[in-house]
Amino acid sequence: MEEILDNPYLQPIIATLLIIAVFPLVAGYMVLAERKVLADLQVRLGPMRVGPYGFLQPLADAFKLMLKEDIIPAASDKWIFWGAPVLSTFTALTAFSVMPFSDKFYVADVNIGILFILAMSSLGILGLILGGWSSNSKYSLLGALRSAAQMVSYEVPLGFTTVTALMVAETLSMQGIVQSQLDKGVWIAFSNYGLMLVPAVVFFIAAVAETNRAPFDLPEAESEIVAGFHTEYSGFRWALFFLAEYASIFVICGIAVTVFFGGWLRPFANVGFLETPLNVVFPILLFVVIGAGCALGAARVTLAYEKAIMGVLALGMFLVAGLFAIPMINELIIGFFWFLFKVLIFIYVFIWVRGTFPRFRYDQLMQVGWKYLIPISMGGLIVNGIVLLFTS
Amino acid sequence: MQLDSILFYLFAVQILFSALMTITRRNIVYSAIWLISTLVGVAGIYLLQGAEFLAGVQIILYIGGITVLFLFVIMLVPVSEESKQRRFSSQLWVVLIVTVLLTGELGYFLWQGADSFQMGEPTPPAEIGTVTTNSEQIGQVLFSEYLLPFELASILLLVAMIGAVVMAKARPGAE
Repeated sequence: MEEILDNPYLQPIIATLLIIAVFPLVAGYMVLAERKVLADLQVRLGPMRVGPYGFLQPLADAFKLMLKEDIIPAASDKWIFWGAPVLSTFTALTAFSVMPFSDKFYVADVNIGILFILAMSSLGILGLILGGWSSNSKYSLLGALRSAAQMVSYEVPLGFTTVTALMVAETLSMQGIVQSQLDKGVWIAFSNYGLMLVPAVVFFIAAVAETNRAPFDLPEAESEIVAGFHTEYSGFRWALFFLAEYASIFVICGIAVTVFFGGWLRPFANVGFLETPLNVVFPILLFVVIGAGCALGAARVTLAYEKAIMGVLALGMFLVAGLFAIPMINELIIGFFWFLFKVLIFIYVFIWVRGTFPRFRYDQLMQVGWKYLIPISMGGLIVNGIVLLFTS
Repeated sequence: MQLDSILFYLFAVQILFSALMTITRRNIVYSAIWLISTLVGVAGIYLLQGAEFLAGVQIILYIGGITVLFLFVIMLVPVSEESKQRRFSSQLWVVLIVTVLLTGELGYFLWQGADSFQMGEPTPPAEIGTVTTNSEQIGQVLFSEYLLPFELASILLLVAMIGAVVMAKARPGAE
């Protein structure tokens, strides 16, 4: 037993299994959150039928997708058609292995962390391209070509802004980047006299484009090319593409949070007197408010099982709030809490952007990428470099 | 056997097999996919050697950049035409002679230098946080010892880029 517990591979293996087991569920609820937020932005209710307030919708969707007939077009390239969604999902989930969820919970802290994530995301593009190509359909091929062109264009500003942040952090390791922000006492986005805000904003725009989200969702523009690269996909293979898309959203938000917004650090990490209000009172209040909302929901729904689900949810939230009150457990989970909190804010902004802006035309997309984002990010790199040189 | 050795042989087999598949597939897209597999294998070997930075850059540059471009070209070339053509010429004797010569040459030098090949001693896994990072080492070497070649390479790339822009630029009056 001792031997097993002391094994250096134990924690990574457990973390890996946890991520693989939990993430599909998380992705499902990201979809639900997205539908609910979009519905809210459009003054609708969103999914309401399955479970209280549509709470069980992701499970219903997952079952539907798994039970669906698996259609492979007769003229498609079977092997590649079969492998493309696997490649997408595999690379998207692999990127989690260097994600610094907290100072204690992570799979690996390699000293090329950020490079590794970028490498995995560029491998993931191949999944989309191959999927679109192998379907042997005009719409799929158009979607694949668009995604290739878009990814190539927007990887450049993404890379430049990341490099700018890495210059400030002076390391490539994801844990090291967070640690350097702790040492400097300021998140990278606000360091360098506020000059780093420009790369942070450019990074965010490029990240939206890199994950194929609206307003940059040309590879799957419904009004033009049906569903783009996954037009011919159905059932579980389609679900894999979907899982990969949401995984990469989570990953890119994780990078943004880690590289620019302090990772698992709380806001004002070096200001001592904020320790208790931000690390204890804030999470407790947050979960108590959510729990109260659930309790209110339980009072409002009529069916018995829906009441039960909402009741259990409310109890769970109060329980989590209680956990934050215990100092020892608080210390363990507070980093994780802040990381997830920030990532979820970013995901919310992604959805918000999707609900707000109309889709770009193709030439506008290229114009934004090449004529604005790339020059701005290069300028940001040079200016920040000069400032760093003279201040350090 | 050490985990390192097992991984090394796995990667080696992957590289050789994929390279073989790359040059024998008739469908050019399949070739590209096998080429990706080869390059991933090479990245794996880099990782095993403790050159993490090279491994990351290998994947980003080769697989990310070149293969995306490669696929661009592939999609614009009609595959059906390509796969009908014969990939191998029938100059069997020339090939045989060259292969035998090259194998002999390689074998001779391997035999000559056999002393310098030694089985690597397995090194104990390093403690976390004690290793000097590979990326730092590469950066220092690139910007001190190999500064001139580095700058020359970037000028070469710049020239190529400007050339591409000039060629792609529409000439006024030309239709």
